[in-house]
Amino acid sequence: MTKKYLGQRMTRTEDPRLLTGQALFVDDVEIPGMLYAAFLRSDYAHALIRSIDVSAAQNRPGVVAVYTAQDLGDFWQHGPPLVPAPHSVEGVVFHSRTQVPLAKDKVRYVGEAVAVVFAESRYIAEDALEEIAVDYEPLETVADLERALEAGAPLVHDDLDSNMASHLVQRKGDYAAAREKADLVIKRRIVIDRGAAGAMENRGIVAHWDEKSQHLTMWDTTQAPIPVRNGLAKILGLSESQVRVIAPFVGGGFGPKIMMFLAEEVLVPWGAIQLNRPIKWIEDRRENFFATTQERGQTHDAEIALTRDGRILGVSHEFLHDTGAYNPYGLTIPLNTQSHSMSAYDVANYYSDMKVVFTNKMITTPVRGAGRPQGIFLMERLLDIAAKELGKDPIEIRKRNYIPPDAFPYNHEIIDQAFAPLVFDSGNYRPALEKAAAMIGYEKFVKEEQPRLRAEGQHVGIGIVSFVETTGVGPYEGSRVTVEASGKISVATGVGTQGQGHFTSFAQIVADQLGVSPRDVRLVTGDTSEFHWGTGTFASRGSVVAANAIHAAAKSVRAKILRLASKALETPEEELELDDGQVRVADIPRQSISLGELAVLANPLRGAVEPGTEPGLEATAYYGPQYGATASGSHAMIIKVDPETMMVEIKRYVAVEDCGTMLNPLIVEGQVHGGVALGIGNSYYEQLIYDDNGQLLNASLADYLIPSATEVPRVEVGHEETRSPLNELGSKGAGEAGAIPVPALFAQALEDALADYNVEILEAPMSPNKLFELLHGKEKEQ
Amino acid sequence: MSNLFNVTVTVNGTRYERTVEPRLLLSDFLRHDLGLTGTHVGCEHGVCGACTVLFDGEPVRSCLMFAVQANGHEILTVEGLGTIDDLHPLQKTFQEAHAVQCGFCTPGFLMTLVPFLEGNPNPTEAEIREAISGNLCRCTGYQHIVDAVKLAAERMRT
Repeated sequence: MTKKYLGQRMTRTEDPRLLTGQALFVDDVEIPGMLYAAFLRSDYAHALIRSIDVSAAQNRPGVVAVYTAQDLGDFWQHGPPLVPAPHSVEGVVFHSRTQVPLAKDKVRYVGEAVAVVFAESRYIAEDALEEIAVDYEPLETVADLERALEAGAPLVHDDLDSNMASHLVQRKGDYAAAREKADLVIKRRIVIDRGAAGAMENRGIVAHWDEKSQHLTMWDTTQAPIPVRNGLAKILGLSESQVRVIAPFVGGGFGPKIMMFLAEEVLVPWGAIQLNRPIKWIEDRRENFFATTQERGQTHDAEIALTRDGRILGVSHEFLHDTGAYNPYGLTIPLNTQSHSMSAYDVANYYSDMKVVFTNKMITTPVRGAGRPQGIFLMERLLDIAAKELGKDPIEIRKRNYIPPDAFPYNHEIIDQAFAPLVFDSGNYRPALEKAAAMIGYEKFVKEEQPRLRAEGQHVGIGIVSFVETTGVGPYEGSRVTVEASGKISVATGVGTQGQGHFTSFAQIVADQLGVSPRDVRLVTGDTSEFHWGTGTFASRGSVVAANAIHAAAKSVRAKILRLASKALETPEEELELDDGQVRVADIPRQSISLGELAVLANPLRGAVEPGTEPGLEATAYYGPQYGATASGSHAMIIKVDPETMMVEIKRYVAVEDCGTMLNPLIVEGQVHGGVALGIGNSYYEQLIYDDNGQLLNASLADYLIPSATEVPRVEVGHEETRSPLNELGSKGAGEAGAIPVPALFAQALEDALADYNVEILEAPMSPNKLFELLHGKEKEQ
Repeated sequence: MSNLFNVTVTVNGTRYERTVEPRLLLSDFLRHDLGLTGTHVGCEHGVCGACTVLFDGEPVRSCLMFAVQANGHEILTVEGLGTIDDLHPLQKTFQEAHAVQCGFCTPGFLMTLVPFLEGNPNPTEAEIREAISGNLCRCTGYQHIVDAVKLAAERMRT
């Protein structure tokens, strides 16, 4: 069987619909009689609710209903935790506090929903919001992580003794002993702050309850339609088969759209059933800043211990992780940080004390990178500072410490986000670093170009960093592949699509197995009535978990085709080949039968299907990885800084990635470009700025700066391929890799550009303002 | 109940007559009153550019305009640019260059680029990036979009 399509740079089948405005997004759904929802959200980060008066709002013409927490009765419940609690983890302290549909008695963050209005138009619903009178009694707020843990701090959850949501210590080897033997110990405080996912499409839901057929259909911008369906059925007291959740085309996910059962996802379907009217809720951008989850906030007090020739003996860090007002996503993000704090290096001794802290801010859940960028930033910063002290260059010190290619699978002896041992399946880190250095011309720049440019008075710097990325986690995904009577293939899988090109890359897998063109493979993703077993699109797992399930199902169908064709053509299976939608006898092309004809043969209208066989040419298969596959790479950058205006210009950007087997390199490159763009935002332009009262100060795209085409450079992408031994395709995930190392790279390159100022960059994001203060602080010292 | 106004507007060559509230946004009018959902709404602040349409040939943020302002005018939305069987050169090159990922920002880019290329048929990369700096994309990193524009410009010149 010749592999024709897998690995090809195919253009996408789904594009023409998107390009001509013919693709369905949630807000495009129109149902007669539809009502529109608007949510009243708290303006206070922390306050008691004394009373809510909705009478004026209820009386407004066009308003059908207004609900507060009191009106929900028994339906008012805390949302389910989205990941299992870490009870199996030794020594962990964990307090689960999940969000509520509408605040009762107390609000805990600005943006928390307090009431919902259902009206004949969104305009009327928003008018009604202004007429709802809430009597708040403001409380003292905790926004800062350390202040939140001080004795006497205001409690976000008064039934707890403190704002510590969780405490977990992880150890490998003996850091204290390693430290004693070290020639150099670097100790620094490293601070990372919050960013938004900033998908161009905000969240949205349309819920349609059909009273006569007792069936709920919901269109939702979710990244996880199947868990949403299952959870909603439970919450609403329905059978799962009564609920259909559809994630149509979704305008970007990036993580927060996998947060489930926030107020809107619970109340919009509930309202549709209560009022027996379809209901639409479309989030606007300002709401998105307040009401959609976000992340990255952490504070680390960290140490690295090394020998004088640059060998890492150990890493230790105590860190605080900001979970916001609730923690429905458990320890996933900070565990990812721990999993990446040793990065690509062979670190024999590791100590990590993690404290998760409740604050009066929006809930944090994964945003592209999901805790990994913080771990990589930590390690790369410590290593770079050590390199400077030891007089080693960044390339040399990394090579000295990489996990060698023959040491895999490499067990880090700490637990990962699935509470399982952190094992890297495969990796070969040196080639990516060397390729990145070669592509950017590292040596030539440092030896020739940089000195010349510096002599002209320019502040130019170069940086090079490495990273790893855990990908492809379970539990599983599934797929069904069917040959139709037309000869075309239909495929269903549970994951949703938010721009990753699944309709094309997954079709390429099937096309190779069945001998058809990928354009003749029609894929459905994210519709629970088409496929209802699976989890969702997150954590860079589609190209591993869903892809391998599709591959397995396609192989089963191929086997069925050959068995049936062998009978039909009276030829042994080994002499048959699949090509062009036909099954042919090798060397006798006239003896063939089309897949469509075979499909009809397999589904007879008369006669009998043999016992123990199934009708049709169809198979369903599942894939659950034993553990995740680890991708990796190196990025390099040349940056120019103006030390007066603090504006930066990225002159060159190189990204070398290793995601194992690539399904479609064109799509992988697109993912890398987009990830780098987000990473550049996380490095220098984007920060969600909260004040001490928990107020978000920059809740608009005019003040929260998502990089535009003039901030993002050309990204030159290089590929390395270390196949994963864990799955048949050999693939690893690629969705987050672009974003993960960028802040670490920015810091190194900026420091190099401003070498004459001798600054240390220990925080992400940086910004023109912060850089200004850093430089002026330095000048004052001189 | 507020006053209602009659609006007559030609969109993609078709004349529409509707009665609307004065505060109805042009973006909402196009999407929900006329059912032309190709124009997308990303921010309603006038920053992201997803809602860009052509108003008498000029690119405008439809989220910052009222439907009543369109009375007597001509609008072109992405639905008027090309069809699946007859794509505009830009739509073709966007597919070829993989300039589309989630597709939400795409119509806004296309409607910004059409008048840009009319005015500057042979743009440099820097000029292209400047021209699209008012359209945000979170998925692509802009590179393939720039490639698509260069390729379309080349084809449209010959």
